[in-house]
Amino acid sequence: MKSPDAMPHPHPLLVLENISKVYPGVVALSNVTLSVRAGEVLALIGENGAGKSTLMKILGGVIAPSSGRIIIDNVAHDQLSVTQSQAAGIAFVHQELNVFDNLDVAANMFLGREIRAGFFQLLDLKAMREAARPLLARVGATFLPETPVADLSLAERQLLEIAKALSIDARVVIMDEPTSSLTLSETRTLMKVIADLKAQGIAVIYISHRLGEVEDCADRVFGLRDGHVAGELERDEINHDAMIRLMIGRDLKSLYMPPSRPAGDVILSLRGVRIEANPAARVDLELRSGEILGVAGLVGAGRTELAEAIFGIAPVLEGDVVLAGNSFRPGSPRDAIAAGLYLVPEDRKRTGLVLESSICENISLADLASVSRRGLVSRGLVEARAETQRRRLDIRAADVLRNAAELSGGNQQKVVLGKWLSMRPRLLIFDEPTRGIDVGAKWEIYKLMRALAEAGVGVMMISSDMEEVIGVSDRIVVLREGQVTGSLPRAQFSEHNVLRLAVGAN
Amino acid sequence: MHKKDMGLAVLIIVVGAIVYLRNPLFLSPINLGNTANLIGLFGLFAIGQGFVIMTGGIDLSVGSMIALLGVIFVDLVGRLGVPWPLAMAITVLVGTLMGLAHGLLITKLKMQPFVVTLCGLLIYRGVARGYTGEATAGFPFGASYPELEWLTIGRSFGIPHSFYAMIIIGVICWFVLHRSVYGRHLQAVGKNEDAARYSGVRTGLVITSAYVICAVLTSIAAVYFAMFTRSVQPSSHGNFYELYAIAAAVLGGFSLRGGEGSIIGVILGAVLLQQLQNLVNLLGIPSSLNFAVMGGVILVGVLADQQFSRYRQQRRAARALDALDKEAATPG
Repeated sequence: MKSPDAMPHPHPLLVLENISKVYPGVVALSNVTLSVRAGEVLALIGENGAGKSTLMKILGGVIAPSSGRIIIDNVAHDQLSVTQSQAAGIAFVHQELNVFDNLDVAANMFLGREIRAGFFQLLDLKAMREAARPLLARVGATFLPETPVADLSLAERQLLEIAKALSIDARVVIMDEPTSSLTLSETRTLMKVIADLKAQGIAVIYISHRLGEVEDCADRVFGLRDGHVAGELERDEINHDAMIRLMIGRDLKSLYMPPSRPAGDVILSLRGVRIEANPAARVDLELRSGEILGVAGLVGAGRTELAEAIFGIAPVLEGDVVLAGNSFRPGSPRDAIAAGLYLVPEDRKRTGLVLESSICENISLADLASVSRRGLVSRGLVEARAETQRRRLDIRAADVLRNAAELSGGNQQKVVLGKWLSMRPRLLIFDEPTRGIDVGAKWEIYKLMRALAEAGVGVMMISSDMEEVIGVSDRIVVLREGQVTGSLPRAQFSEHNVLRLAVGAN
Repeated sequence: MHKKDMGLAVLIIVVGAIVYLRNPLFLSPINLGNTANLIGLFGLFAIGQGFVIMTGGIDLSVGSMIALLGVIFVDLVGRLGVPWPLAMAITVLVGTLMGLAHGLLITKLKMQPFVVTLCGLLIYRGVARGYTGEATAGFPFGASYPELEWLTIGRSFGIPHSFYAMIIIGVICWFVLHRSVYGRHLQAVGKNEDAARYSGVRTGLVITSAYVICAVLTSIAAVYFAMFTRSVQPSSHGNFYELYAIAAAVLGGFSLRGGEGSIIGVILGAVLLQQLQNLVNLLGIPSSLNFAVMGGVILVGVLADQQFSRYRQQRRAARALDALDKEAATPG
């Protein structure tokens, strides 16, 4: 790892020099210096909130830095406007796609730079469509310039954004999580487009949480941590572990913790359970105290549906469910909650939280009886309960009266956990617990899962993240088409074994 | 012409045919002329409202503006003897300032359009009533303004000039909204204001000017209305007119969330509304049910349109899934 200023280069295309950005009470960026060279793919990595987006917004001219300079072609600017940034050839491919689905492709491409003609300087629709054609071809898009954007798929919209970047003669293309909505083959197309851009001498700043992609395409990696420069990696230094170290400041190995003792009694057992989603399949499954049971499988293997049936959302058609020695057949989530069986759902924002409510309201929502006096909800008890969970889980919010919507993904997940942990769980089912959460918060959630298991709570974790399933679980059950295809003890953990069971191949 | 506009045009023809079959007076020159006049009057400011709704905003002050500006215009011409072209210019100028005030309060001070124009609705109505001391503003007995009357309530080839005015302004606005850079920026701002700003669109200017356009067209309409009624009763003149304008825009395919709509659509919406009023009269439906008929038709119309676009979306999704399956089927 080298420090950034120790890397002289004859022709940096642009330099962000000693950039700081201070918001009231928060330092978003502190003295960040970053140079971009022509024809390189520079990956920008860091956890959520590390300052990546702020830095790129400064480069895009959307926000002004508090101090520092932006040097483009040896001209120093204190700040850029959107127009200046575009004129300098800096193009932004946004994370949340900023296309206008009420306009057509050509209109989107030339928004803000329309081609005009005639005495009244009206739009020259034909010229814009003609000009759009070669740009669309360059990114391998097959749709026509006159297609309404409403008719395009997410991937096609992404290509449109990239073509738009090319249309302003971009020299630097910033891609913010460009693959988050793409399929595998679409991602491959994007990688080809990036290689093309590079060959044309265009610099690409690539922001992604998917370190595999970064490893594949980056020439250089620049890490940010809490608004500070965490360091840089050159091409031959780029590997998964080094990037993790850069992002979180410690090794990945310490992310996972082994159990301190062997698994104990059976907490939950399913025998011949048939559910509506996969009526042809019967599930047998056992979960013991002290262990973390990983549930793996491909998307659509019926894992979430199984969890929902155990939690009482969908009916169990047939078979026995035994919870802590007692037969258990929940008719609704209310029954499951009464029995101490809780679900941390996959879609945190829709089913895990009431986003527009405060942290403390969310935490007490499932158990209002215990924060009420004479049938009236006590504000004091609600806040005290939330405060306890905030300290215990280190929920980062100014106070518990904040709306859940204001929190980062990791902190939102902690609120969901706080809701259940304040109610003495017997069994917790985590469905994709760390999706969209940065590495630091992931680690805290893993730690918590381990602590729960050690305390005798049953922990079941559904996850599509192979690394997570293998790292966190003590035993892995694999589902395919609603059926359990195998159970792996720790000694047999491998990506190959899990995938073999998930796909059903040999 | 969009598919939506076509659907609306077909609806207008179908309703017209039904009314004609029940009462042939519908197509009599007198009835058509009167209806065309009302279409022109209401269409003028409905087009203006369309610009505001395109930004995702709303202008509730339109009816009160018509009352206040009507009072001012009649007072200037009738009582103070100001030459009518100058009086018209002053009226439009005052209207422009009102629109500018709305736009600046919304873009600079970040107030909500609903709140700003609701206050406008109350303030302008109150000022109009206070200005005349609740009295009706009218022209002196026997006064005559031949050129002004020709321009506003005259007819050529049997068609009232208010209708021509709406058509001329409609054509200009069609070019502005659908063929000018400004119009394109307006559509972009309405769909996604932040993204438009990131694309270098001056969003504040675009939004403010939409309110100004709305106010200018409303002031022109105010002069036409004042001349049509010959006197302005400040507490009732123009009541609920903002709702006619919003209804015309919504019928014409505008989305109150912004970004969707066309000039042809809003004009057809104004046509349908007046046709419904006319229907109530011609078919002998008690005129007290007037609003109920309008409300019912708007509700059904918007519902049908929504169901139709849902159906289209489902078809699109099915097609996309097909393509995905094919991709999955091809090896590699």
